[in-house]
Amino acid sequence: MSADGVDLKKRRTLTLATSAVGAVGTGFVIYPFLAAWAPSEKAKAAGAPVEADIGKLEPGQLMRVKWRGKPVWIVNRTEQNLQDLASLESVLLDPASDDTGQQPSYCKNPARSIKEQFLVAVGICTHLGCSPTYRPELAPEDLGADWKGGFFCPCHGSRFDLAGRVYSGVPAPNNLEIPPYQYLSDTKILIGADGGAA
Amino acid sequence: MKKLIVAFLLATVPLLGLAAGGGVHLDDADIDLGDQASLQRGAKYFMNYCLSCHSAKFQRYNRMAKDLGLTEDEVIQNLMFTTDKIGNTMDIAMTAEQGTEWFGSPPPDLSVISRARGVDWIYTYLRSFYLDEKLPFGVNNLVFPDVGMPHVLWELQGAQKAVFKLEKKGSRGNDIQVFDHFEPVTQGTVSAEEYDQVARDLTAFLSYVGEPIQMERKRLGVWVLLFIAVFFVMAYLLKKEYWKDVH
Amino acid sequence: MSMMKNFMGWIDDRYPMTKVWNEHLAEYYAPKNFNFWYFMGSLAMLVLVIQILTGVWLAMSYKPDAELAFGSVEYIMRDVDWGWLIRYMHSTGASAFFIVIYLHMFRGLMYGSYRKPRELLWIIGVIIYLAMMATAFFGYLLPWGQMSYWGAQVIVNLFSAVPVIGPDLGVWVRGDYVISDATLNRFYALHFLVPFVLAALVFVHIIALHKVGSNNPDGIEIKKGPKGNRWDDKAPADGIPFHPYYSVKDIAGVAGFLFLFAAAVFFAPEMGGYFIEHPNFEPANPLKTPEHIAPVWYFTPFYAILRAVPSIAGSAFPGVVAMFASILIMFFLPWLDRSPVKSIRYKGMLYKVMLWLFAINFVILGFLGTQPTTDLYTLMAQIGTIYYFAFFLLMPIYSKMDKTKPVPERVTE
Repeated sequence: MSADGVDLKKRRTLTLATSAVGAVGTGFVIYPFLAAWAPSEKAKAAGAPVEADIGKLEPGQLMRVKWRGKPVWIVNRTEQNLQDLASLESVLLDPASDDTGQQPSYCKNPARSIKEQFLVAVGICTHLGCSPTYRPELAPEDLGADWKGGFFCPCHGSRFDLAGRVYSGVPAPNNLEIPPYQYLSDTKILIGADGGAA
Repeated sequence: MKKLIVAFLLATVPLLGLAAGGGVHLDDADIDLGDQASLQRGAKYFMNYCLSCHSAKFQRYNRMAKDLGLTEDEVIQNLMFTTDKIGNTMDIAMTAEQGTEWFGSPPPDLSVISRARGVDWIYTYLRSFYLDEKLPFGVNNLVFPDVGMPHVLWELQGAQKAVFKLEKKGSRGNDIQVFDHFEPVTQGTVSAEEYDQVARDLTAFLSYVGEPIQMERKRLGVWVLLFIAVFFVMAYLLKKEYWKDVH
Repeated sequence: MSMMKNFMGWIDDRYPMTKVWNEHLAEYYAPKNFNFWYFMGSLAMLVLVIQILTGVWLAMSYKPDAELAFGSVEYIMRDVDWGWLIRYMHSTGASAFFIVIYLHMFRGLMYGSYRKPRELLWIIGVIIYLAMMATAFFGYLLPWGQMSYWGAQVIVNLFSAVPVIGPDLGVWVRGDYVISDATLNRFYALHFLVPFVLAALVFVHIIALHKVGSNNPDGIEIKKGPKGNRWDDKAPADGIPFHPYYSVKDIAGVAGFLFLFAAAVFFAPEMGGYFIEHPNFEPANPLKTPEHIAPVWYFTPFYAILRAVPSIAGSAFPGVVAMFASILIMFFLPWLDRSPVKSIRYKGMLYKVMLWLFAINFVILGFLGTQPTTDLYTLMAQIGTIYYFAFFLLMPIYSKMDKTKPVPERVTE
């Protein structure tokens, strides 16, 4: 390699500058390809907020609504259910809903809901994504005498109470997710949109 | 010599572009997609006059709201008649079977009609309906002979008839009928100039619907070209520097 | 630095990384007198990468189903974030690929890059060109517009023109009695597959190139010339290492190309109906033929040849034969050229005129292929077809008759 009359410094600077501009350009090219994987307008439209009519939901009953392809449960909790919630706190992993990612701020309360009576929760186990079973009955044989009603995941045995709070010592690491929602009227809930940002 | 040939090859490509088309003379639509007021008026005409028989099934209402500078509420209140979900596309209730029964063939979807036909064609089409009793809806169209739809904008434009003249243009020197001009028969609710603007607004809207990204695409394109130009200069300087070695 | 060295040593003991780098880049000596035309090879590879990348991304949202295909393209254009850009890159890339390849092939014609010892290199190139045409043909059906549909209908019917087995062959290719969902689905599969075959062929093409060494505008074998340059005593005196000299030059070429490419993508993706044909914005309708069917521009010279040949006894087969022959005849080019020199620079006026007429004739045939037939155009296409074949078939005669100039020992600047 002969380097006679070669301005190595200039060469290095130009190489560096061209590489830098080229790298930025490559980044510009890559971005659209990554962005193309985001939910499309069609997916967003299909995932738009859904309305649920809770006028006919009897106390103790659960109804399912599909939002963004996921089951969302609405449970009409009885007075007894609500009273039981407080008694369970010692066996729960996160009784005060301190994990802020699992519910909107307006649902960080003991009942994890806007109106105490109605629980709205995404019916997907926070462990590996199975959909837990609704088990409202008290002290069934398989769940033990302390069972005050709640959700039981058949896949790996995770347990949640009727506010969607996870029990300690089960595989699921978090409380059930509460979706953003709002009351359009006393009997109509809009799931998927906060009151403020409809 | 070589450069000449390259120039020749490159020059031929756009020349070929003139090849398509032919037939009836089309008027210049002269639309301005930067004119949001025009697009908004066009959207209004489209929703009121077109979107009961024709769909635009690839165009979403919320996308239109965003691109035309309208709020979603404005669109829901004033422009959305066929659905109640802002994220939906501009579909219609009429099925293809009903369309065939009523019009002979289903009215085509208009999502990309501006790209299939061109804006000048649409503009001319909207202005070229004329009375013709031979057809089921009593009108014919200069650029779409034996058209299967009524002139839905006739109240605005008024009815007109086409005047033809005889010209010796046939292949054997025989006389054929050549369109000369339109003559108003009844007065429309708007003047001729205003009607042209209606047609232009509608054409602009259909052009937008044909490719909603087109304005953004060109805006972005300027930056992309500038960036590549900078990169080219750097790469060229680098090449020149290295090639000092080559004698 | 020594860690890097150790690492490379570890790799080199297991994979000939440094060896490949040296053989094909750092110590591959290319003639120093490459001109504009020598950008096309690297640009073609760039376009192939663009096509495969954008194509795979389009496949993530495209639906090869007769009911859904047209809508899924519009879905990509509107609903997928940046889908419009990826699609326009792909549609523009298809045309860019052919522009670059036609210039690349013409370069070969001008400088005699097909002559001994590069016959096999040229033949591999023609196979690549065939693979490209197949890929483009399969891909053009996918948007499922009117032109997609009727273009495929017309081309597949060419197979039906083959005597005896023709009709069955056509049905077999389509998997149905007309172009249909089954055809779309298999064309999609092949459109996905063939580009990877093409990429493998490009690899073979480059291996062959590096075996024989690059030709150059003077058509001089630098390997046979004097030895010794500033990089290596045994390397050809007129050669320079591909890297860094041609790598930096090609990067500048790539930038220039990307400027034109981006200009088309962002400002004229339809290119006046030549890159994306207007009737293709109408969904395929088996009951309604468009007024005028024309293939995309890169096929039109051959389409013009097809139409120029009159049918014999009601069979379009002669036209089909002529069309395929017009492509296959390229395979024989290395043995048709009998000139004592390779490059047009040292060939005589006779050959120069023949070659330039060939280029102009090719463009004219291309134009005629886009047009509806008239008596005049058919006559022009017939003359053009005759000239096209005459250029090849008479080459052994005129290339020998031609008065050539003496070729210098060393390459010129």
